[in-house]
Amino acid sequence: MSEVTVRKTPDGMKGFLFTLPALAWLATFFAAPLLAMIVISLRDSATGQIGIGNFTRIFMEKSYESALLNSVALTATVTVASLLLAYPLAYSIVTVLSRRMQRVALTFAVLPFWTSYVVRSYAWLLVLAPTGFLNRLLLALGLIHTHLRLAYTPTATEIGFVHFFIMLDTLTIYASLVQINPRLALAARDLGASSLRTFLTVTLPLSVPGIAVGAFLTIVLCLGDYVTPQILGGMRAIVLPQTVMMQIQKHLDLPMASAMSLVLTLIMALAYLGLRRFLDAGERSR
Amino acid sequence: MNILSLRRALSWKGLGLLYMLACYGFIFLPVIVLVLFSFQDGRLPVPPFHGPTLFWYGEVLANSRLVAAMGNSFLVGVGSSLLSLVLGFLAAYGLARYRLRGRSLIRGFLVLPMAVSYLIVGMGLLVMASWAHIAPSLWLVGISHVVINMPLAFALCAAQFSETQARIEMAAGDLGASLPRILLQVTVPMMAPTLIAAFILCFTLSWDEFLSAFLLSRFEITLPVAIWGILRGGLNPQTNAIGSLVFFGVVALALIAEALLFRKKKNSA
Amino acid sequence: MTVTPLPHLCIEKIVKRYPGQMALDHVSLSVERGSYVVLLGPSGSGKTTLLSIIGGFTMPEGGAIRIGGEDVTAFPPSRRPTTTVFQDYALFPHMTVATNVGFGLKMKPMSPQERKQRVQDMLRLVGLEQQRDRAIQALSGGQRQRVALARALAVDPEILLLDEPLGALDLALRRQVQEELRRLQRQMNRTFIHVTHDQEEAMALADLVVVMSHGRIEDVGTPRRVYLRPASRFTATFMGESTQITGRVAHRAGDVLTLETAFGTIEGIAAPNPGAVGDMPSSSTVLQKDDEAVAIIRPENFTFNPENKQSLPTATVMEMIFQGNYVRILALTDAGQELVLCLPPQQAPTVGTRIVPCCSVDDVVIVPA
Repeated sequence: MSEVTVRKTPDGMKGFLFTLPALAWLATFFAAPLLAMIVISLRDSATGQIGIGNFTRIFMEKSYESALLNSVALTATVTVASLLLAYPLAYSIVTVLSRRMQRVALTFAVLPFWTSYVVRSYAWLLVLAPTGFLNRLLLALGLIHTHLRLAYTPTATEIGFVHFFIMLDTLTIYASLVQINPRLALAARDLGASSLRTFLTVTLPLSVPGIAVGAFLTIVLCLGDYVTPQILGGMRAIVLPQTVMMQIQKHLDLPMASAMSLVLTLIMALAYLGLRRFLDAGERSR
Repeated sequence: MNILSLRRALSWKGLGLLYMLACYGFIFLPVIVLVLFSFQDGRLPVPPFHGPTLFWYGEVLANSRLVAAMGNSFLVGVGSSLLSLVLGFLAAYGLARYRLRGRSLIRGFLVLPMAVSYLIVGMGLLVMASWAHIAPSLWLVGISHVVINMPLAFALCAAQFSETQARIEMAAGDLGASLPRILLQVTVPMMAPTLIAAFILCFTLSWDEFLSAFLLSRFEITLPVAIWGILRGGLNPQTNAIGSLVFFGVVALALIAEALLFRKKKNSA
Repeated sequence: MTVTPLPHLCIEKIVKRYPGQMALDHVSLSVERGSYVVLLGPSGSGKTTLLSIIGGFTMPEGGAIRIGGEDVTAFPPSRRPTTTVFQDYALFPHMTVATNVGFGLKMKPMSPQERKQRVQDMLRLVGLEQQRDRAIQALSGGQRQRVALARALAVDPEILLLDEPLGALDLALRRQVQEELRRLQRQMNRTFIHVTHDQEEAMALADLVVVMSHGRIEDVGTPRRVYLRPASRFTATFMGESTQITGRVAHRAGDVLTLETAFGTIEGIAAPNPGAVGDMPSSSTVLQKDDEAVAIIRPENFTFNPENKQSLPTATVMEMIFQGNYVRILALTDAGQELVLCLPPQQAPTVGTRIVPCCSVDDVVIVPA
């Protein structure tokens, strides 16, 4: 310590006063509601009994169970597809473009997402609808002869999600890739590794934190989203947030909706635990 | 195409460029369709495109429900972002400048809402409000937006409190400035670019937030909820117009935020 | 009638602990008004902690700080008549040069005209009148340093504290700023307390050098005294090069000690008490017969002329380093004792030559081992 160090008053009381408003706000409007949700989720709204009945119903009743499975399957597909599509994009940006162009490229990648979140899914409807842009284009080119059924299918939901998460994953993977010292790859090549081996043994492992962060964000945002499946997905494969909204709006069953929300949170927490090792690696390298 | 240019196109670099082009095409496709058909001279925002018109923009501005929703979104956005910023800034300052017991616990709690989906935040407040017999309102929406955005404002501010800045504040105290004076004349101006950028980010997130606004409002609604209502009517160039308006507005805000953050980086280098 | 001046700054038995380390171990020091004090020591010696305690940024666990007789130990930095020039200058990046300098004046009862005049005077003092409206980012390192000085001096502190103020500057600039600091201090007649690890800087600037090590004061005195008559082995080692010969005191006659060493006896003057201020201080009585001790001989005090001098055993020149106005010679006696000599280039022997170095009794200081 060769410089005059920062004065930190030993009594933290004053500092605590600074954090108090924020803590109080979150305690009142975040922690307490969460607790209330947990309490209320234990009540059966039909019989008024206390127990874990709502939770067992989610896993036993056909409609809830399939919503849960749809949610998990959708999230898994979207997560994997987005990463597979985003990685080459981020890699191309890093390897092909100059530093200045990289900045421009990233700014442009984000640009389309500054439209309203609700409108974004609607825009995909414009493209995918039976009379929409894509069908008209393909018909005009003579590539198809009847309308493709794209809108109001699980595929449309997937396209809508992948669209957003390609952008997000590209950002997180890019952030990992640019941090890798380019001399590492040169050193590997110098030691006789082929370019494929260099990629697999040097570049890819070092970019794992970016992949993990992207995957985690995808899982949390995808699992909790209501708008995209509701607008694009149609009614064939309903996901959990949609059933939550139905409980609230149609059945006025807050306990059941709470229980489902908690199950969603639980899955997100599991995803976090699964990815924590890789996320922490990112913290360390920073 | 001659052989030479074909070979170049097939090189890794060429492949990379091609792939980038394809991805950008995919990313931009919906926005281009959205904006293009907001100028559609017809009742359906689908091909073929009939001559440009500003008719639908006029419709949006004449739609009192949409305009009122924009006003509501603006109020909720500004109010919740300001409060998020003040709470987040103070908390970050307290944690950075004082030795607190359980600081990592406090920090963890303050950023926890970031790891929870908006659905949970909205649901929780809905459950609590219905327990306390509080009717859904814009106030509740604003409260939920502070829960959502304050952790972000906190994290952005916390990242800015460096040792160097602490010494600058110490120097101000050494010269006789009181704590409020240091905060207002040294800390806040020094962090102004970060604070403005954080405000704009919070505002855009609040402006765009749908789920908890949908759950927590009833008669007075925010813009995303109003747009949601219109979407039920199917494809309509008016929706294209409102979407495009939001797009251009937010892009302008984002460019300002970007410029501020970028300037900050250049200065500190 | 003469009045004994009250010490301006009194540091009394200051104690500061850091986890697993005694940062300051009952440190006491008195500083007279208007003197330039340099706290000198290696990193971890406690010098910066001491400065930080004088400035009020760090609370000591024991002891007191008095300034002009008043106990300021419990005062925050803003209430002390001290200001600090920080190592990284800590300038306000969002203000101009003039607003930086005027910042401390805003808290004083002063009219805007007076304040403006004061800022102008300070900028003239440090030679930055032309830059008054410049942004901090537009200044060079040396200019920033002068803004920091002007800002700290503007509030007219009784004591100016400088934390390694020249650390970030390159060598040529450092010399120039040293002269400027000295000039400023004389001109304003303020007490300056300056922390550095650079012994040349200390010698160039200080009225009083305070050598610190491991949280204690090893020696206090004028640069000349501390260099020529170091009170301890650490001081001798830290303040420049020397030949050090260990032995046992065989005889004491007044201040002259005879040291029994591996290759015979050597005579020298007993080291002064730490804190002895004069250039020729009286010796400490610490060393007595049979005590372990070390003879310290500065390299420039060796000659080959044995007249009125004592001879050391024959040595072989091992290495010769040409340094312009002198030649530095490393030699080894047959018994394995290392010697360091500085000689004018024309007197320098070649490598491998056998030499018999001589030195006078007055030039040998004997310090406790």
